[in-house]
Amino acid sequence: MSSHLHSVLREQVLEAAAHGRTLRPHGSGSKDFLAQTLSGTPLDMRGAQGVIAYEPSELFITAHAGTRLAEVEALLAAHNQMLAFEPPHFGPHATLGGALAAGLSGPRRISAGSLRDFVLGVTLMDGQGRVLRFGGQVMKNVAGFDVSRLIAGSFGTLGLILEVTLKVLPRPPAEQTRVLALDEAHALSALREWGAQPLPLSATLWHDGRLAVRLSGAEPALAAAVRIVGGEPLAADEAAALWQSVREQRHPFFSGDAPLWRVALPPMAPALALEGRPLVEWNGMQRWLRSDIDADALRHAVRALGGHATLFRGGRAVDRALGVFEPLAPEVMAVHRRLKQAFDPSGVFSPGRLYAEL
Amino acid sequence: MSALPQAHEAASSTPDIRIDRAALIAELSRVLPEDCLIADPGRLRAYECDGLMLVREMPLAVALPTTEAQVVAVLRTCHRLGVPVVPRGAGTGLSGGATPHKQGIVLSTARLNRIVSVDRLAQQAVVQPGVRNLAVSEAAAPYGLYYAPDPSSQIACSIGGNVAENSGGVHCLKYGLTVHNVLRVRMVNMAGEVMEIGSAAPDSAGYDLLAVTIGSEGLLGVVTEVTVKLVPKPRVARCVLAAFADIRKAGQAVADVIAAGIIPAGLEMMDQATTAAVEQFVHAGYPLDAAAILLCESDGTEEEVQDEIARVRVLLEAAGATEIRISSDEAERLRFWAGRKAAFPAAGRIAPDYYCMDGTIPRQRLADMLEAMETMAKKYDLGLLNVFHAGDGNLHPLILFDSNDPDSVRRAEAFGVDILELSVELGGTITGEHGVGLEKINQMCSQFGADELDMFHRVKAAFDPAGLMNPGKAVPTLHRCAEMGRMHVHHGELPHPDLPRF
Repeated sequence: MSSHLHSVLREQVLEAAAHGRTLRPHGSGSKDFLAQTLSGTPLDMRGAQGVIAYEPSELFITAHAGTRLAEVEALLAAHNQMLAFEPPHFGPHATLGGALAAGLSGPRRISAGSLRDFVLGVTLMDGQGRVLRFGGQVMKNVAGFDVSRLIAGSFGTLGLILEVTLKVLPRPPAEQTRVLALDEAHALSALREWGAQPLPLSATLWHDGRLAVRLSGAEPALAAAVRIVGGEPLAADEAAALWQSVREQRHPFFSGDAPLWRVALPPMAPALALEGRPLVEWNGMQRWLRSDIDADALRHAVRALGGHATLFRGGRAVDRALGVFEPLAPEVMAVHRRLKQAFDPSGVFSPGRLYAEL
Repeated sequence: MSALPQAHEAASSTPDIRIDRAALIAELSRVLPEDCLIADPGRLRAYECDGLMLVREMPLAVALPTTEAQVVAVLRTCHRLGVPVVPRGAGTGLSGGATPHKQGIVLSTARLNRIVSVDRLAQQAVVQPGVRNLAVSEAAAPYGLYYAPDPSSQIACSIGGNVAENSGGVHCLKYGLTVHNVLRVRMVNMAGEVMEIGSAAPDSAGYDLLAVTIGSEGLLGVVTEVTVKLVPKPRVARCVLAAFADIRKAGQAVADVIAAGIIPAGLEMMDQATTAAVEQFVHAGYPLDAAAILLCESDGTEEEVQDEIARVRVLLEAAGATEIRISSDEAERLRFWAGRKAAFPAAGRIAPDYYCMDGTIPRQRLADMLEAMETMAKKYDLGLLNVFHAGDGNLHPLILFDSNDPDSVRRAEAFGVDILELSVELGGTITGEHGVGLEKINQMCSQFGADELDMFHRVKAAFDPAGLMNPGKAVPTLHRCAEMGRMHVHHGELPHPDLPRF
């Protein structure tokens, strides 16, 4: 199946390259709202779907990029395993390739690591129609540059993602969510204090005077942690719904039309003194802000704290046109341009999706 | 310690250029204080090799900058004059990544050795590249934190070198490799431009340049500052030692532990020959009649560790362990580990030389690999000690040979090549943590096709268009692979399609 599909895709890539046309690889379109400009002839990457290899005791799964994320997660769950970075789906038909292209991670990122941390291998078609295999199915592999991880979050601008191998992890034996009434500043300092101790915190969320802390691990470890964290328990179904609603942005905070900013910050950054409503995740390192604030003012304030801001949803056309992502330093942009040129010499793949220059 | 005639070829086959040494040294003297530049042949001798000791080359000069500004000045000078630069950390690398270029300079980061900050609540430290790996954990210890990657050379190896090699260690199954524990680097490229890559925040905008930088073997730039993640020291760590009469059963036990949803802090295996060799050395009281010994470490809270050890014990017994010991205190735990950590020096005691391999294979092919290596040892008539990071399938077979006997050297080399190529065939890789450098550059032609190698060259050129940063290492030229006759053609087809892979 894949070699036929590869030749069909290769033909389209080479034809686009020869005629100066552009292609926009996509899955279900669940993340079309993300990033910069959507341009290029849509190219549906769901022609190949399904798991290629899954070996629970080897802790990896390999699947075609068009495989539904939900299918992957259901298969893992049946073997008591998971994608530990809890990727947001943003739609029922979200694909594995789309998740890799967007590079997003969910609530468990704070303890388990990000999507890119779990990437073991990628098969890619570059702008010359070549099928390239990087990485593999083993945890430790330092042969050649780590190109697989470079593809995470590249929004389809470097090539067509064909197959993906991810590391998987066992599900924790037990979970419990505790809720505490705290203002933002006190929540942030409590999270930092807990974070510096060996406690099994697997997700944290502060919003509107309420801090929710998810603990994951062996039962005895949870009991010990509860004694330190305190708070009130949340019923298991309510807890599951809460974390799911944050991961998928279905929490009431995310409804409405106000621009949604994502702010990534170093651990010690204080509560943001910016107009708008905040929701805080990842021990304070990922903050969501619903705000009409001027984009320059926001970026300036966030940069001063050592972080970066993304206009995630909505916003004024003028702000979006200036760039939804943090502008890059000139010498870093120069490397980006040369990398884009290396993978996609004719500029076929999703021009402008990440930055206007790429 | 290790001998590879083929790597000698690699060292001398880089493009032939002629540099005016006197002019270069005059230019470097202008940007470096006198004590930061070595040009005297006697003193240069100390830099003629790294941990791959039988590959030696004299550099034109060695720069030992003490500031980032000096790094920038040295690189600008070399860029302008077209002089190759070989970055070097502590020189403990095993694959020849820091072997000098005969028409280039070595840029050592050894004197950039300051711990800039350790922040308990942020769980981060900022260090210069010359800081030793263990020194980071020592600086973090008063705060109850440590830096997780712990390569066996951690007393000596530097963080800059760890970034270059994406170093692992015995705890990476649970805590990850360098790529999972380094958050940011400041790097100077060959043109002398300073780049901030990654950040103290959980991610940064644009492509994940940090991922390509880590493990890039000094081909992309010189790191001048590193932000690392620190993790809370577990309250308790305890180790289970299990003996097996059959190495296949030990391999199955490893798979059973992981399949049961347990990710131990460490999971290591030694074969009987290794156990015997290290026992003479450390007197740890290992069971010498066992075909294989497993060391399985649990860490966490007292309750967690008790719970995990109980589950591990049941699994190991069910897998056929003939003896199980659980460390009762810290002294006993360290004694269990002493032998594993002494495997390399013990090999050095029982043979004139040893050659350490570094392939990784899918865990379930472990027994097949071991049997194949036993046959190879007979074929090449050489001794072999097997130690593994069993949890992640990373093998360190130690081939015993005598470097004074050219035939023994030749057989050791052929034995090593067979092991690496079998690792690739079994669905693994030629290097799990030591890097390609010069040592395994020919085997890159087996692991990757021409198109992937071409892309690696393009990625390098995106950071170093002049091609002067550690040239000739890590990625072979296509010409070299063609000459070797080793180029594998795959385009979707794995070599040896008849081999079952899962």
